[in-house]
Amino acid sequence: MIELQDISKSFGADVVALKHVSFTVAENEFFTLLGPSGCGKTTLLRIIAGFEFTDSGDVLLDGGDIAQLPPEKRPVNTVFQNYALFPHMNVLQNVAFGMEMRGIERVEAADSARRMLSQVMLDDFAERFPAQLSGGQQQRVALARALINRPRVLLLDEPLSALDFKLRKTMRIELKRLQRDTGITFIFVTHDQEEALALSDRIAVMRDGEVRQIGAPMDVYEKPADRFVADFIGETNFLAGRVEAGGGDGTGDGAGDSTGGDSSRVNSLRVTLGDGSTVTARSQNANAADLRGAVTLAIRPERVALSAAATPGGVAGAIDEVVYQGNTTRYQITLQSGDRIAALETNAAAATAQFAAGDRVGARFEPQSLWVLQE
Amino acid sequence: MKRLFNFNLPPLLSVGPAALFLTVFFIAPFAIIAVYSLMEADPFGGVRRAFSADAYIQFLFTRDWDGNLQFDLSYLNIFWRSFALAAGATVLCLAAAFPAAYYIATQPRRRRGLLLLLITVPFWANLLVRTYCWVLILRDSGLVNGWLIAFDLISTPLPLMYTDGAILVGLTYTYLPFMALPIYASLEKTDWRLIEASRDLYAGHRQTLARVVFPLARPGVIAGCIMVFIPSLGAFIAPSLLGGGRNLMIGSLIQLQFSSSRNWPFGAASALILLAFVLLLLYLWRRRSGRDGRDDGESIW
Repeated sequence: MIELQDISKSFGADVVALKHVSFTVAENEFFTLLGPSGCGKTTLLRIIAGFEFTDSGDVLLDGGDIAQLPPEKRPVNTVFQNYALFPHMNVLQNVAFGMEMRGIERVEAADSARRMLSQVMLDDFAERFPAQLSGGQQQRVALARALINRPRVLLLDEPLSALDFKLRKTMRIELKRLQRDTGITFIFVTHDQEEALALSDRIAVMRDGEVRQIGAPMDVYEKPADRFVADFIGETNFLAGRVEAGGGDGTGDGAGDSTGGDSSRVNSLRVTLGDGSTVTARSQNANAADLRGAVTLAIRPERVALSAAATPGGVAGAIDEVVYQGNTTRYQITLQSGDRIAALETNAAAATAQFAAGDRVGARFEPQSLWVLQE
Repeated sequence: MKRLFNFNLPPLLSVGPAALFLTVFFIAPFAIIAVYSLMEADPFGGVRRAFSADAYIQFLFTRDWDGNLQFDLSYLNIFWRSFALAAGATVLCLAAAFPAAYYIATQPRRRRGLLLLLITVPFWANLLVRTYCWVLILRDSGLVNGWLIAFDLISTPLPLMYTDGAILVGLTYTYLPFMALPIYASLEKTDWRLIEASRDLYAGHRQTLARVVFPLARPGVIAGCIMVFIPSLGAFIAPSLLGGGRNLMIGSLIQLQFSSSRNWPFGAASALILLAFVLLLLYLWRRRSGRDGRDDGESIW
């Protein structure tokens, strides 16, 4: 429905904000642009809104190029990071503004605005001015002001970042509800990976003006495309390894074994760690069978299973530190190969600490979750 | 809560100097004017120590040969003319200053300082000299007429001097910075994302200007209008030099009473009537904006 084709943008001579970005967002989708600050995600949003123009590339909405249209001509609305509510208008006037500007009768616009306000549970605040509202209320006014226009796409620029922790969690649920109720396509910008995972239908992970991976939250978390994605989303252990000649066992376990319906083949590989032990890992690289030499392995801390040193099948290591975190316990481990990793154990049952600092343990990596990363 | 920075001097020290200054240089002269306005005029200037309400009576009436009072509109007309010219100058200043102030406010921060400095450049030269320059520009053999004749657009000089138009130009020129600076101060504080929000919500350039930019600059606009209108009302340099003797404004009228006309009580009375008129206008405006439930310009007052 909205399609970005090969968008490039730079500011001045040496600041490149976006490099050949392309993706398509589907109708009714909750699509998130996720990345650290300076990755170009806000610039991308501003290009879709019409506040910035591209150096090259097309922005297609329902098949038509809108890249050259001014913001007021685009059926797209924005929720700004600090809401940008008009301070000289009350809540009702703020919400009705867009409709009035489109030439809808003042009375009718006010009626719609009241209905919209009740949808965001602000019925009693119509006559208030923005300065008299709390952060969460301002946030809802900003949402109402944008949604009342029933845009084809709603752009949200880090809308939750100005709220405190508790409110952020509540608003997350409300945002999702509004998206479902209105059926409007949301493009959401955030640097908060937890927020992105919780809300999105799909996430585009960005870095340095490039999209590094696009996929459903589970895909992005379970099958990170590269080291940056693995590191940025959630916590990841990295291990150095080598693929010896003939390391690829050639058994592609094929598509559809994991969520997301990704059609790329997933291959299994034997990888040798620094201490000579071998593990089975997977690669999304179609030519993984031919892979040779040094590689990086990635595994999430919660996919590392610890056992007493005597148990066979584990990679040997010693515990440096134990941090009890209530629902989980976190172990910091140095493997015999020299790699330092973290392991997260769930405290599902009332338990005493299984291991103590200094204990020798075997670490087992769940093969489904151990990935050979492309650098 | 203990304040981090405490600047509490004893009342006498904190308010004292300002109070003293105002008493000596404002309240005392003001009292003298009030007293003089109620005395008899001395034909050689100054006042005689005798009570007389003549000065106020003279404002609205003339005595005919028989000594009967007759209603006379001529001074009220001068008042009305002053009001109209001051209002005109205010509108012209607003029209010229708003785009300029907007332009400066949208420049990179480092350039704004320079541009603001340029706005204050006229203050570096004496007002009288600057107003005389307008005489050189507007008179029959002046710059404008000279060029128009040189390019054969006209054959005889246009009568530009000694007109209301000349006064209007002079007033606008004199007070333009007083309009530009407060508007700039308001615009400079504007959150530019509000303009993006307005555009995002289907407002074009013009609607954004009318519905967002201008209302946000309102306190500055109001302050600027007051700072241009009030001094324009009492101005006498531009009206005297550019308006000539026929087109009196209230400022020149007052000035005349203390110089060639030697009627100090009438000059004092006119000054007080002008003051009362200005206060009345401000009061009416305050009451009106109070009824709107807005607090326009509150921060400036």
